[in-house]
Amino acid sequence: MKRFKMPPWLVLLLPAIIILSAVVLIPLVLSLYSSFTPYKLTRPESLYKWIGTFNYEKALGDTKFWAAFGRTILLLTIALNLEMLCGLGLALMVSKVTRGQRALRTAMMFPMMFSPILVGFQFKFIFNDNVGLVNNALQSLGITDMAIPWLVDGKLAMFAIIFAEMWTSTSVFAILILAGLFAIPQDPLEAAKVDGCTPIQSFRFVTLPFLMPFIYIAMAIRSLDVARAYDIVQIMTNGGPARRTELLWTLIGRTGYVDAKMGYANAMGYISIFLAIFFTIYFFRKLTAARAELGMGV
Amino acid sequence: MAQVHLKNVVKKYGSLEVVHAINLDIEDGEFVVLVGPSGCGKSTTLRMIAGLEDISGGDIEIGDRVVNDLAPRDRNISMVFQNYALYPHMTVQENLGFSLKIAKFSQSEIDAAVQNAAEILSLTDLMDRKPGALSGGQRQRVAMGRAIVRHPDVFLFDEPLSNLDAKLRTQMRVEIKKLHQKVKSTIVYVTHDQIEAMTLADRIVIMRDGHIEQIGTPLDVFEHPVNTFVASFIGSPPMNFLEAQIDGGKIILQDGTALTMPAGYAANEGQKVTFGVRADNIMPQNHAMPAGNNMALVEMEVSLTEPLGTETLLFAELAGSEVQAKMLNPRPVQNGERLTFEISLDKCHIFDAQTGNALKAQ
Ligand SMILES: Nc1ncnc2c1ncn2[C@@H]1O[C@H](COP(=O)(O)OP(=O)(O)O)[C@@H](O)[C@H]1O
Ligand SMILES: [Mg+2]
Repeated sequence: MKRFKMPPWLVLLLPAIIILSAVVLIPLVLSLYSSFTPYKLTRPESLYKWIGTFNYEKALGDTKFWAAFGRTILLLTIALNLEMLCGLGLALMVSKVTRGQRALRTAMMFPMMFSPILVGFQFKFIFNDNVGLVNNALQSLGITDMAIPWLVDGKLAMFAIIFAEMWTSTSVFAILILAGLFAIPQDPLEAAKVDGCTPIQSFRFVTLPFLMPFIYIAMAIRSLDVARAYDIVQIMTNGGPARRTELLWTLIGRTGYVDAKMGYANAMGYISIFLAIFFTIYFFRKLTAARAELGMGV
Repeated sequence: MAQVHLKNVVKKYGSLEVVHAINLDIEDGEFVVLVGPSGCGKSTTLRMIAGLEDISGGDIEIGDRVVNDLAPRDRNISMVFQNYALYPHMTVQENLGFSLKIAKFSQSEIDAAVQNAAEILSLTDLMDRKPGALSGGQRQRVAMGRAIVRHPDVFLFDEPLSNLDAKLRTQMRVEIKKLHQKVKSTIVYVTHDQIEAMTLADRIVIMRDGHIEQIGTPLDVFEHPVNTFVASFIGSPPMNFLEAQIDGGKIILQDGTALTMPAGYAANEGQKVTFGVRADNIMPQNHAMPAGNNMALVEMEVSLTEPLGTETLLFAELAGSEVQAKMLNPRPVQNGERLTFEISLDKCHIFDAQTGNALKAQ
């Protein structure tokens, strides 16, 4: 009788597989399992009670959840588009700089190095209605004599959060688009000049198609980021006022820790993951299409 | 349709001057070829005409307008680039029609012009492909098509054939010549290939190191090169040069061989010269040299033969320098064979040994 022998590649990979499953898989499985229980942090024994899809059904019927879901998509759409436009503008300007460009490129990376917590505090101060920089500036310039409640008014608070997101992450777009600008072949641009294009037309018909793959890569990265947005919002508004800046993950965090409903929070988390997955697939489709357009293959 | 005038045009990159005050007048409908070795400033000159490079001095006129400060789009020119510069994200159809679309022609006008260009260049079967799916020759034709869909005042070509294989190059050369006869536009064409220059040009402009060395018809520059540079650059194989001195009404080569001097150089008695003669004008005696020419006879040992079909090149040594001679209707010649050669003195060139400039016969 022949004894079963594992193929050598499996033997060699086994340690990696075991470690990976311990590190990655077990927490995942655990949180997935707990989303099917009424697990509460305050009552550990509730972890062993199976309640099926109850948490999921509850989440899908929860208006607070859907409001946060919608707000996250809104933030994502607005922030990504604005960041793309500003990043594009920034990259175009920096690409024209001849002296000190290297230093500028490094400086552009600074906001990305800041911890989101720090960024949150920073903008919390800047937008504070009493001692904040913005209000002080506006009042000293005589533009307004009232204190504008930046972080208290729902709409303004959302604006302040978008502003902070942009401040940290516009450079993701700027840096990737700048890389794209450096990679553009010069000949088609010269051909466009001779073919009668104004600078704007050259940009629209030649430069932009070349940049699209880079823009979609940045979009994919940033959509994952924003779909998971938590820290900046948590610090700046804590989801308030009256939940008007509540995003998916601030809601989930609150549900899990403040309300101690871990199972329910995990269920919402797993639904929310689909949002990230959806945007990733969407932008990668776009990326592939943009590359095919340029004849770059897939 | 337009004339092009370059007046003292200078190009500097920083403190480095690469084109030195060149003057060139191109007639309406003329096919002018800029030729010269790599790095001599041909592309730079062409790109200044196109407006892709600023000029550092002088004036460029197209038609009656000084275009120094006009953007390329305001100069009414088309350009074919060395590496084609097609728009990779557009189909052949879109590539061809792009300039017309920008100029806001109606779709029906664009389609008609594109169709017409595609037929001239046999591109009709490729219209839906992107440049990435085309061969080099096809891309080249698209680049040409893109230039001819408009009716520009001036066509500019920057080494359009240098990325093609030899056979395709010959083919496209003929196409370009035909195209010029059809559209009759002014063409400025840059190449480093003297054969292309000779076959295409109405007039050739030979450049070296940012200077124009000579301007003339192909025959003119071939038969009357102004200096040794032009003489060696134009014509294949390159002209043979022998150091010599004019002495006692004869041309004395370095080993003492005395050749009868062509008429008209008596005033240069005693001068050190470079004696130039093309391979076509050195042939084995009693071979095929037209009778009645003024001949010098020399005996040389053949060191190598290069049969080319209708003719054979013979390499031999004369007065310490290698010379190439030519033989039509080849017969077998052994390496090492000693033959008497005739040098046609009516076709030889005499240059100042110091400056390299041609000495004028008085
Ligand atoms: N952007 C540039 N900066 C500095 N020197 C350049 C630049 N472009 C071309 N040159 C120099 O100008 C000279 C002429 O170049 P070019 O016109 O391209 O020559 P070619 O006759 O081969 O087309 C070359 O010596 C080249 O090194
Ligand atoms: Mg060149």
